[in-house]
Amino acid sequence: MKIAIPADEMNLDSQVCISFGRAPYYLYFNTDNDKADFIENTAANAPGGAGIQAAQSIIDNKADVLLTPRCGENAAKVIHSSGVRMYKTVPGTLLENIELYKKGSLEPLTDIHPGLHGHR
Amino acid sequence: MKVAVLSGKGGTGKTFVAVNLAYSDKNSVYIDCDVEEPNGHLFFKPEIIQKADVNVKIPVCDEYLCNGCRKCVLFCEFHALAYIGSKLMVFDKICHSCGGCEIVCPQKAISEKDKTIGHYEYGDSDYVKVKTGILNTGETSGIPIIKQLLKDDPYNTGKDIFIDCPPGSSCSVIESIKDADYCVLVAEPSTFGAHNLQMVHELVKLYNKPYGAVLNKCTDGKNPSADYCQEASIPILESIAFDRKLGLLNSEGKIAAQESENYSKLFISLLKKIRMGVEK
Repeated sequence: MKIAIPADEMNLDSQVCISFGRAPYYLYFNTDNDKADFIENTAANAPGGAGIQAAQSIIDNKADVLLTPRCGENAAKVIHSSGVRMYKTVPGTLLENIELYKKGSLEPLTDIHPGLHGHR
Repeated sequence: MKVAVLSGKGGTGKTFVAVNLAYSDKNSVYIDCDVEEPNGHLFFKPEIIQKADVNVKIPVCDEYLCNGCRKCVLFCEFHALAYIGSKLMVFDKICHSCGGCEIVCPQKAISEKDKTIGHYEYGDSDYVKVKTGILNTGETSGIPIIKQLLKDDPYNTGKDIFIDCPPGSSCSVIESIKDADYCVLVAEPSTFGAHNLQMVHELVKLYNKPYGAVLNKCTDGKNPSADYCQEASIPILESIAFDRKLGLLNSEGKIAAQESENYSKLFISLLKKIRMGVEK
């Protein structure tokens, strides 16, 4: 199974990025072989629609689960229509959140914020 | 002549100045481009003669023709499109109606449909034609409505035009001042007011517009906006004193230049200075 998480830096001890759409990187962690891939977010500096493009890339990279602290409404629409499940991260590193997810300790992400469109 | 009245922040008195200038001119059109919160009509109370929706184009995708090539998704600079589970998703609030997705689609699967974002109302009051734009709540850009309001039409012909701009210095303000012959910068006597004055000052310089400042709500104390005008050599067209009576007139939807001899004189003199500025 593939887990996607927005990341501040390209290592497993990095903090989870507080923004989904404008995170600098995404971690794709494969639980079958513990392989970690970091991919740069090309939408990070987009003037608008970053969340939509980021969500598209999560789906194109065939993630099964997205762990994120927050998600805007446009990105959530894309994620929901794809069947990718979303869980809310807790403050901490990428690795800590992966372990918590495996133990079933992360809550599903339900509080979708209306987006920060144009306000940065 | 076309005169745009603008300010970096809200509440400085743009509507007050624009309404009173249009009233004092007597042969004028007042255009309310503050489409998120138009309020000039409260003073003129025009009889509405023409009213219509303002639409923009947004794409629709024919699922049978679409082969999932995603050329449209990659093309869209605004990321208004996503392709998920063999279906195209359109985010119409992000779409800028450029029509590019329709052009790049090799399958001819994309067409456009109208989406209403607001409406306009054109009307008549005693001496002034009044054009008001109203953006629907939740819509992100009023620019298509502003474009409609500023179009040359029989309402505008042979008249002086006073444009009440939205607050700020972003694209909706740029759209509002684009064809103006003169810009009036309205500013308050505060540090925040001076900062916002500087922002609109930079904007009108960038667009090479002739301009002058109206300092509103002046008191005996410090006036950072007046200091900025001096520093940046901005001509001060008028300083209007803080006046409780003016607040009362405004709150009752009355036009100061109509109610008071002093304000009538003030705005006629301001109008003269603007005309001189245009002719220079």
